[in-house]
Amino acid sequence: MNQPVMPGRREFFLKMGGGIVMILAADAPAFAQQRRPYPEDLNAYLVIARDGRITVFSGKVEMGQGILTSQAQMVAEELDVDLDRIDMVLGDTDRCPWDMGTFGSLTTRMFGPALRAAAAQARLTLLDLAAHKLDVTPDRLQVSNGVISVSGDAARKVSYAELSQGARIAHVVPQKAVLRAAKDFKRMGQSPRRLDAVEKVTGGAKYTADMRLPGMLYARILRPPAHGAKLIEADTRAAEALPGVTVVRESELIAVLHADPEAASKALARVRARWENPPTTKQTPENIFDHILAAKGEPRVIQERGDPGAAKPAKPLSAEYRKGYVAHAPIEPHAALAEMHDGKLTVWASTQTPFPVQEQIAQRLKLDPKQVRVRVPYIGGGFGGKSASEQAIEAAVLAVRTGKPVQVARTREEEFFLDTFDPACVVQIASGLDAQGHISHWDYTVHAAGERGAELLYDVADVRMRSVGRGYYESTAAADSVHPFAIGPWRAPGANMNIFAIESHIDTLAALAGSDPLEFRLQHMRNPRMRRVLQAAASAFGWKAAAAPSRRGFGIACGMDAGTCVAVCAHVSVDVESGEIRVRRLVCAQDMGIVVNPEGAKMQIEGCLTMGLGYALSEELRFAGGRVLDRNFDSYPLPRFRGLPKIESVLIEDDTIAPQGGGEPGIVCTGAVIANAVFDASGARLLQLPMKPERVRAALAALASA
Amino acid sequence: MDAKSSITFTLNGKQTTLEADDDRTLLWVLRTDLELTGARYGCGEGPCGACTVLLDERPVRACRTPLWQVAGKSVMTVEGLAQDGKLHPLQQAFIDHGAFQCGYCTSAMLLTAWALLAENPKPSRPQIVAAMDHVLCRCGAHQRILAAVEAVAAQASRRPS
Repeated sequence: MNQPVMPGRREFFLKMGGGIVMILAADAPAFAQQRRPYPEDLNAYLVIARDGRITVFSGKVEMGQGILTSQAQMVAEELDVDLDRIDMVLGDTDRCPWDMGTFGSLTTRMFGPALRAAAAQARLTLLDLAAHKLDVTPDRLQVSNGVISVSGDAARKVSYAELSQGARIAHVVPQKAVLRAAKDFKRMGQSPRRLDAVEKVTGGAKYTADMRLPGMLYARILRPPAHGAKLIEADTRAAEALPGVTVVRESELIAVLHADPEAASKALARVRARWENPPTTKQTPENIFDHILAAKGEPRVIQERGDPGAAKPAKPLSAEYRKGYVAHAPIEPHAALAEMHDGKLTVWASTQTPFPVQEQIAQRLKLDPKQVRVRVPYIGGGFGGKSASEQAIEAAVLAVRTGKPVQVARTREEEFFLDTFDPACVVQIASGLDAQGHISHWDYTVHAAGERGAELLYDVADVRMRSVGRGYYESTAAADSVHPFAIGPWRAPGANMNIFAIESHIDTLAALAGSDPLEFRLQHMRNPRMRRVLQAAASAFGWKAAAAPSRRGFGIACGMDAGTCVAVCAHVSVDVESGEIRVRRLVCAQDMGIVVNPEGAKMQIEGCLTMGLGYALSEELRFAGGRVLDRNFDSYPLPRFRGLPKIESVLIEDDTIAPQGGGEPGIVCTGAVIANAVFDASGARLLQLPMKPERVRAALAALASA
Repeated sequence: MDAKSSITFTLNGKQTTLEADDDRTLLWVLRTDLELTGARYGCGEGPCGACTVLLDERPVRACRTPLWQVAGKSVMTVEGLAQDGKLHPLQQAFIDHGAFQCGYCTSAMLLTAWALLAENPKPSRPQIVAAMDHVLCRCGAHQRILAAVEAVAAQASRRPS
C-alpha cells in the first residue's frame, strides 16, 4: 500500500515560448490515500530557471521535521544537481501541487516517490533533449550538477538551464524514469546542513506572526469561558470608545482590532459578555473513562482470527488501560495573516493543511477557491494540532470585513482552550498464557483512541481486535460525543495508547511466564524487521536477560507505525517515597527502510522520545466539563532540560524497503517502555498514563497490600 | 493612556530612541515598531521563555518587560548575535549539532546560552542544564542544545585567557 500506483500515460503537444515544439510525457505517481492524486505533469513539481536554479514545489510544510531539506535532497539526487542549486516553495496553494496535509509521516513515504519520480523524469527528458542537441545517443551522455556532457568529450555539453530556458519541460520520452537505487545515492542518505539552519539561528526565519503588511490590524477574538457556553449578550461599547479600535461582529465571531496588538488586547478586556455556561460536572478527569465506556456505538472488528472467545488459558490475564487528554502545545500558537487585494484573498497561516484550509475559507466567504491563496511560512511546531486551523478562517473573514490586512494570533490561553486534544481513551485486553507458557489468545477492545497501532504483531492464533468510537476523527459537533471539547490527531494518533496497552500487557504476560521480556517477545514474533529492531535496541542498550521485576529498572517495548519498525529500551529508577520516576536512558532502534537524511531521522527519534516523556509522565489536561483549566505552561508541565534522559538512536540499514515514515514512529513506545521499566524496577504495573507520582505511589501501595 | 515619552536605550549595540508609551511591553515594541521578530511570543506570562532577550547581558522575558525598564540600558536580541555577517560560535554550534527543529525557541535558547557563557565561561553540565531549563522546547532538541552549548564552552576553555 506504500507503493505508488502508476496512472495511465497521457501525452500531449505543447508549443514552447522559444519556438521549440515539445511533447510532454506525464508520468508521476498518484496515491489512493490522496483525496486527489498527485499531478502527472513533472512541471507541477519543479522549474529550472535560466540561471540554473531549480525551484521545487511541494504542498508539504516545514514545522521542524526537516522536510524542507529532505525533499530538496530527493530532487537533487534524482536530478543530479547540488543541493545549493535548489529553492523550495512549500505549502503555497497557488504554486504547489494539491496535497491533503502534512501529517501521518507521509511526506517521505507518500509524496516522496511522486517528487522523486518527477525529478527523475525531468532528468531523463533533459537527457533526451540533450542527445538531440549534441547529436549523440543518450547512453553516451553523463550529468554532473545540472550539466550534460558527452562521455569522453566533455567540451560537448549543454546545461539543464539552456535546455529548459526557464520554461516548462515538455518533451516526449517513451520510457518511464527509474528511481535511483540506494547503492548509487550521492545526495540522499547524506546529512547536509539543513536549508533552514542559518535563518533559524539568526532570527531571520519568518513564522506567520512575523509577517508584516502595511496598514495591518491585530485582531483579538472574544472566546467563551467554556466549550458549549452560549453567548447571551456582548457589550462592545467600552472597547469601541478607545481610539483606533475597530469591532467586527458577525454572528458568533466578535473581534476587536487595532494597529497595536497590545491595544487590541486591552480593548478586548473591555468587552462585557454574558454567557450561559454548561455544567462543569458532566465530564471530569476522574469520570471521563466512565463516559467513554458508556458511550453508544457499535464496536468495529478490525482484526480477527481463530476463536478468542473459546480460549481456556492456564493463566488468564485481563487488564484495562487508560490515558487522559493531552495538549499539542507547540511553542508557536496558531497564527494567520489575511489580506484581500484586487479580488484575491491571500492568507498566511501556521497550518498543516493549506489546501483544505483554502477550501474552508472559500466556502465560508462564498468565494471561488481560486480567489483564495494560502501560504505557509515556517511553522513553530505542529504535532497534528495545526491540522485544524480555524484561525486562518477568522483572519480571512476579518480581512474581508475590514478591508485591511488582519492578523489573528492566538494567546497561549486560547491555544490551550482551542486545542484539538489527544483524546482520553481506554483499552481493555483479555488474554493469558496456555500450559506451555505461550500467549493463549488476545481479545482487545480500544475505546475512543482509534485503531492506529492496535494491530497485534505477535504470533497468536486466536485474536480479536475491536475499536469503539472514531478516535481522533470523532466530531465534537456530534451530539453523542463523549468529549467536552474538540479532539484531533496528536503525533501518531491512537498508536501511543494502543502500543502502551499492548506492550504493557505483553510485558505482564512475560512476567507471568517467568520469561525475560525480550526473549518472550522474540518467541512470539515472526516479523523479521521487528525481530531485528528488538535485537538491535537490546544490543545497543546492553540488555541482559532476566525476568521482571529484576529491580534493575530495565524495560523494552516495540511497535510499528507509518511503515517503520521501532523498538526502545529504557533504564529508569523509581523513588518509592515520592513516587517519582526518573528516566535515565532511552535507546531506540528503528527500521525505516531507506533513510533519506540519517541525522534528520535521528533528530526525529530524539524529538519523539523527548516529547513522549510528556504523555508518559506528566501531561494530562485538567478540565471541568467544557472548561479547560490549564491555561499556560505553569500548570501543564512539558518535558524540559532538567531530568532529561540520555537518548541514543540506532538506524537499521535496510535499503530493500522504500523510505518509510520518520516523524512519528519514534514516539509510539515511550509510554510502554517506561511503564515496563517501572515494573522491572518496582514490581508495580502502571495501567494509566501519565504515570504521575501519585499514581506510582498508589500502585506501590496496592502492591504492598496484595 | 497613550502618554508618549522619549526612551533611549542601546539595541544590539546601537543607540535607539523611541517615542512611545513607556507602559508598552518590550516584546511588542521589538516585534512591531522595530520589526525585530526574532524574539517570539510563546506564552505571554513567562514560563516558556520564547521571548527571551538580554537586558544588560542578563536574560529577561521580553513579554514581561515594560519599555520603561530598558531606558538607559542595553538590549540584545538574536539579531545582534552575528557580527559582520559572521555567525557567533553558539549559532554555528547549534547548526553543527542540529540543535533545533522548528526553530521557534531557538533565539531564546541562543541568548540564554550566551548569557550563561558570559557569566561562566566554563559551566558544568548541571549548570548548563539549570540555565537552559528556563526555556521550553516542544520539538525535543534538548539533548543537542546541551551538546552545542557544551561544545562552545569547551572551545572557550581551551583558549588562553
